[in-house]
Parts: sequence; structure tokens; C-alpha cells
Amino acid sequence: MRVRLAAHGLGFGYGATPIGRNIDMDLRAGEVFCLLGPNGSGKTTLFKTLLGLLPAQAGKVVVDGTPLTELSRQEIARRIAYVPQAHTAHFPFRVIDMVVMGRTAHLSLFAAPTSIDRQRAREALALLGIAQLADREYTRISGGQRQLALVARALVQDAPAIVMDEPTANLDFGNQVIVLSEVKRLAARGLAVLLSTHDPDHAFSIASRVALLDQGKLVDQGVPQTVLTSDKLKSVYGIDVIVGRLANGQTVCAPTYRS
Amino acid sequence: MSLTVLLLLLMLGAALVGAYPITFGEFFAALGRWFAGETTQDKINTVLFDIRLPRVFAAVVVGAAVAAAGAAYQTLFRNPLVSPDILGVSTGAGLGAVLGIFLSLPVAAIQLSAFVVGLATVGTVYAIAALVHGREPVLVLVLAGVVVGALAGAAISLLKILADPYDQLPAIVFWLLGSLSAIRKGEVWAAIPLVLIGLLPLVVLRWRINVLSLGDEEAKALGVETGRLRLIVIAAATLITASVVAISGVIGWVGLVIPHIARMAVGPSFDRLLPTATLLGASYLLIVDTLARTMARIEVPIGILTAIIGAPFFLWLLARGREGWS
Repeated sequence: MRVRLAAHGLGFGYGATPIGRNIDMDLRAGEVFCLLGPNGSGKTTLFKTLLGLLPAQAGKVVVDGTPLTELSRQEIARRIAYVPQAHTAHFPFRVIDMVVMGRTAHLSLFAAPTSIDRQRAREALALLGIAQLADREYTRISGGQRQLALVARALVQDAPAIVMDEPTANLDFGNQVIVLSEVKRLAARGLAVLLSTHDPDHAFSIASRVALLDQGKLVDQGVPQTVLTSDKLKSVYGIDVIVGRLANGQTVCAPTYRS
Repeated sequence: MSLTVLLLLLMLGAALVGAYPITFGEFFAALGRWFAGETTQDKINTVLFDIRLPRVFAAVVVGAAVAAAGAAYQTLFRNPLVSPDILGVSTGAGLGAVLGIFLSLPVAAIQLSAFVVGLATVGTVYAIAALVHGREPVLVLVLAGVVVGALAGAAISLLKILADPYDQLPAIVFWLLGSLSAIRKGEVWAAIPLVLIGLLPLVVLRWRINVLSLGDEEAKALGVETGRLRLIVIAAATLITASVVAISGVIGWVGLVIPHIARMAVGPSFDRLLPTATLLGASYLLIVDTLARTMARIEVPIGILTAIIGAPFFLWLLARGREGWS
């Protein structure tokens, strides 16, 4: 499968302070790549470096065969869409206005979105089951709904790769499944999806590959069954975990709670 | 559209009222003569074309300019409490003008000095911010603006102390209060093209500026070259503000309050906010200036009036809670 996004010997961090070192990974078309790691392990910083929002401290990022540093912001945005952690906006944009901003990379410098772009935005909202929120204020919907709106914005960006920073963090049980099912469908359509999550079960349900990030280093990467073993989860998170298989063949994680 | 009509009606009304009232008939007769190219020097012509209309246009241009610059800055800095002089353009222009008055320069040179020092002040702020490599470029800009503005304010105070208390000091104080009473035709015609040049990039880049209000990282991820765009917006808004401050003095509160009202009416999207704020600002300052010159026998400086109206209004906005912009 075609490599959409790759990191070679990547070092990342803020300013001169290193957070992560020697990251080698690639993201291929049609796969869901899940990044797991404890709080503060550097997942968000790594993502920002992969997107060129932070300069790489060492090594390089390659997008569709071209080094990231040789691409303009618009060229990058046409190749990788970014779903940040759900935030609150400073101004009360309508949801549809927020989503249609995903079209920016496809507009010429002086243009504003057309009715076709707005139609695309409405379709993306409908796809995620939140069409009824289109004209509500983005600041007045729930965190989960905001997250879905940001996913919709990434969809209208029409990029072959999407990077999602904890897309399920603010979602209730049902919405988590809606978003992850949508991620799975996107990958089936040929998109490359890189996402971070705190729940190993998410990786088991939708990821073709998974990587474990601990203190800025990739401890292991590969198919979920080989990476997310109880030994490795224990060494990274410091808790006892039972990895088991349900009757329907699904693999799940169950932590052991100390009494 | 309706705002444009409102503005035109207000301009007509403002052209008729004043110390020397003009009737509808006289107004259109004078306008007809002007179009026909006749140059009769009767009293109506003098009042209308040399005094009243330049002042009406001045109020419109100044109001439109500071409201547009305010809307751009509030969007750029993602903060509804920002006014067009956040980066020190007004204080800098004030320093330029005070320097000109102190050196007893002619009026045109005072205005040029205000314009140039206003631009130079923001240029200095931007250069300082560019030299400081922070993680928050916008925050560094605002702080640099506060510091440079304070220095310019100190220089103004120093010049006030050194100035001739009978001749120069009143002129300095009057200039800093802001007024359109001494405005002349040539000044208005000089300011209009500069304001239009500054408005042009804001209009054509309206959508990118809108995306910039999501913050630096998100705007970048959506494909916007944020550093370059921010520089363009600052340069455009500074040109707009410096052009009008140079002819009117510092007229506060308009650039802060008007974008708020516009946002309440049409929402925060910059492509709708900019034209609404511009037209509202023009209408508002025209009304206030017409009141300033007709209300009392002695004319009240317009900067005082905009503050008297603007400050309580702003308190009311605060009391409403963050609903209006959160």
C-alpha cells in the first residue's frame, strides 16, 4: 500500500527542549494506525511535528514522497487533514461555518467558500449524524458534538490522510463508537488515518497497526495483537491488564483493579 | 444593503443641518450647479462644499476606517476587547503630531508626522515581536505593543511639559482629544485613497482572515500561511488607522464598540463582519459628529463624545455576560 506519511529518525519537542527521539514510522493508504501512550508521552507533540506545525528537531517527515519542509501550508493541508482535540472557539461561529473552513486549502487565495462548499459541509455533518446542528452556535453544543464537527471539517478537506488527536476523548460511549466506525469506513475507502487514543480496545477494534509511545520513544509497533500484550501494557502504563478474546472473536483489554 | 441606504440618508441629513441650515431645495440646486460645472461663489456653495460636505465625508471615512480596522484586529487577535490601537498606532500618531506641534510645523507637516510616526511605531512593535522567538507570536505582539505604546506615551508627556503652555499645549491637548472641526477638503481627499488601499487586502483576504481567528496552529493545518497573513492584516489595519488618526486625532471607542455591535447583528464570520462594521462605523461617527457640532453653542470634541457614549455601552456589554462573543 502507498505510504502517505512517514517519519525517519524524527526528533521532536518545543523549542530546543527535546520530547521525543528516533521516531521511525509510516502511515499507509487504507489503514488505521493507532498511537497509544500515557499522558505526557508526547503524542500531541509528535502529531504537530508530523503536520509541520512544529519544526522537526532531527530527522525528517515525508508526505507522499516529498519532504514536508518543501511543501507550502496549502499543499500540506491538501494532503493531510488534522482533527485537533475538541476546543472551545473564541467567537460563536455557526457549526456549518466551522465545518466549511475545511475547504480553505482548496480555495484560491482571494476566494470565499461557494454554495457547493457549503453543500459538502452539510453532507459531511449528515454523514456523522449531526446534520441538525448545522445552524447552531459551535460554542453552545456539547464537547462530543464539537468533536464530531471537527471530524466533519477534516472530511471536507479531501485529504488522503487524516491525523486525529484523541478523537474520542470527549465523547460518550455511543459517540465513541460512531466516530470510530466512521474512521473504519474512511480507511476502507482508501484513506490513511493516524489517531491517538487512550483505550487499547479502540486499537483492537479498528486499527490495522498500532504503536506504543512512552517517554518520547516508540517502544513497539505492529499489529495490535503483538504490540498490545499484557506485558507491554504493564511496562508502559504500570498496571496489570488481562487481554482476552470474546466469543465473537473480538479482543478486549481488562485492567485489574487493586483493592 | 439597508445599511448603505441608511448611511446615504444620514449623509444627506448631516449635510443639511448646522449653524447655517440648508433646505432640500437649496441642497439639490447647489448639487445641480456643481454637476453642471458652474462656479458661483454664493454662501450656500461655500458652506456646503468647503465646510459641511468635507466634514460629513471626514466623519464617514474616519468612522468606517476605525471600525474596519477594529474588526480586523479583533478577528486577528481572537479577542473582542481589542481596539485598532492595540499595537500602538494611535499613540504613535499622537507622538508624531505632538512632535510636529512642538516644532511649530505647518498643519500638513503635523499630519504627515502623525501618519509616519504611527506607521513607524507599529513597525517597531512588529520588529520586536519578530526578534523574540516565542511560542505565542500573537501574545508577544500584544505585549510588545503595550511596551512601545507606554514609551510613546511617556514621550508625549515629556513634550507636553516642554511645550509652550499658552500656544502649543492647548493645540496638543485639542489634537489628542480628537476632533473633525478643523478638517479641510484636501485632508479628506488625501485620507480616502489611503483608507481604500488598506481596506482592499482585508476585503480580498476576508476568508483567510476568518480562518485565522481559529488560532495559529489550526489555521496552518487548514492551509493558511499564518505569519504572512498576519503581517498583511497588521499592515493594512495600521495604514487605515494611521491615515485617519493623522487628520482627526485620536477618536477612541469606535473601533472597539462598533465591531461588537456588528458581530451581534451578523455573527463572527469575517466576510460578513467587515462590511457591516465598516458601514455601521461610518453611520455612527457621522451621527455623533453631527451631534457634536449642532448640540451646543460650543463644539464638544468628538473624542469626548465617543468615550461618553462608548464606555457605558461597553459596560452594558460586559454586564450582559460573555454571551455576545463567547
